[in-house]
Amino acid sequence: MKLFKFAQSRSLWMMHFCTGCGAVELPPTMTSRFDMERFGIIPMATPRQSDLLLITGYLTVKTLKRVVRAYEQMPTPRYVIGFGSCTINGGMYWDSYNVIKKLELYIPVDLYINGCMPRPEAIIDAFLKLREMIDKGEANAWKKYIENYEWYKKNQAEVFDVEKWSLKK
Amino acid sequence: MSILYFFLYLLLVTIIGLLYMGAARKITAHIQNRYGPPVYQPILDVLKLFAKKDTASHGIMHSLGPVIAYTGIAATLLFLPLGNHTPLLHFNGDLFVVLYLLVVGPLGMALGAGESANSNATIGIARALSMMLGYEIIFFMATLPVFYHYGTASIYRVIQAQGAFPDWAAILFPISFIAGLFALQGLMGEKPFELVVAPHEIASGPMVEYGGKYLGLLQIWHAVGIIVETGLFVDIFFGPQSILWFFAGTFIVFFATVIVNAVMPRFRIEQAVRFYWGLPLLLSILGILQVYIWR
Repeated sequence: MKLFKFAQSRSLWMMHFCTGCGAVELPPTMTSRFDMERFGIIPMATPRQSDLLLITGYLTVKTLKRVVRAYEQMPTPRYVIGFGSCTINGGMYWDSYNVIKKLELYIPVDLYINGCMPRPEAIIDAFLKLREMIDKGEANAWKKYIENYEWYKKNQAEVFDVEKWSLKK
Repeated sequence: MSILYFFLYLLLVTIIGLLYMGAARKITAHIQNRYGPPVYQPILDVLKLFAKKDTASHGIMHSLGPVIAYTGIAATLLFLPLGNHTPLLHFNGDLFVVLYLLVVGPLGMALGAGESANSNATIGIARALSMMLGYEIIFFMATLPVFYHYGTASIYRVIQAQGAFPDWAAILFPISFIAGLFALQGLMGEKPFELVVAPHEIASGPMVEYGGKYLGLLQIWHAVGIIVETGLFVDIFFGPQSILWFFAGTFIVFFATVIVNAVMPRFRIEQAVRFYWGLPLLLSILGILQVYIWR
């Protein structure tokens, strides 16, 4: 079982949900300059294959629906990294009418990287921190989603137009 | 006893195949001027995938698809000699059995991915089956002169009929050998014939709905597939070798495909099939003419 834990922390397949500006900082992290593949982290194509969801930047209500759906498709154990100020408190969109301010209310987050935008060094640092957390058994946010499922669904339903999207069915 | 022997053999080939995949990632990384993951990284990936707690399935066939694919490739190992080492089964005509068993993998994947009803998976499967029209014909026509020359359709006997270095089939039939190399690139699904998986285009094609344990099974299917495909090529063209030299040979052939993979873009499906029906087909016909004139 120790071997499985070792494998889980050393092999993270990532799906980056690039909603906007974050897409600029990730290519240098993946390619020759910063090379995140040396830590066993590679981008994957679909949520079913990935362990790590990277939310880069602001989320509108419309994209949040897609994020929740992608998150629920990922097999457990799954990890979420909130990337940039927008996922923490809304960032520069703090007074926007259709951007969510706190990602934590809708899906559980293991780790935040602050900054607008964070540099690739900060992203690599966050990946190493997540690896450390998995080794110690601290990256358990996915359990929170299962235990408090009703609460998360209630928060999601508050921002979605329930009548229009018929989420209650 | 031979069942136990077969499972040990399968385990050995699976681990070596996973290390080959790791070596491919390392080589690609060095070509792109980066460090790359450790060579044992695919083993960690597979362990992680098997440690997943829950995995979504879309029905019985979807779950059985990877199992069929892996079983097909494992059955091929029964007939594959590792150099001059005797395989578990050999008879006159086992080449055709191997060629049929190589199709079981993509077919298992087609059945599994079909049930997921994902359009990307359907496109991937359609491409995989169309690609076969290209490389399968070339591969068969490239190996035909060798089997014709030695008068047998058993892989084991063809190996035994060849001698040491100058008597290799690769030296006797250089044109067929080059055509075979073209076919191997498509058989392995490496770029420029990577269009079945094509992660940036159709989101990894047939694998799009697979996750967790199923994806782990598909990973080890791919790992065994690498050894089977390069091994078949080395067996037919390089004659009897000791096991170490056999793996050295497969690694050299694999290395060549990885280098081509690292520097090539991707064909579209009609470009790929048209490419195969051009120069490689001509080369393989010339190879057959050579053995016809020679006799």
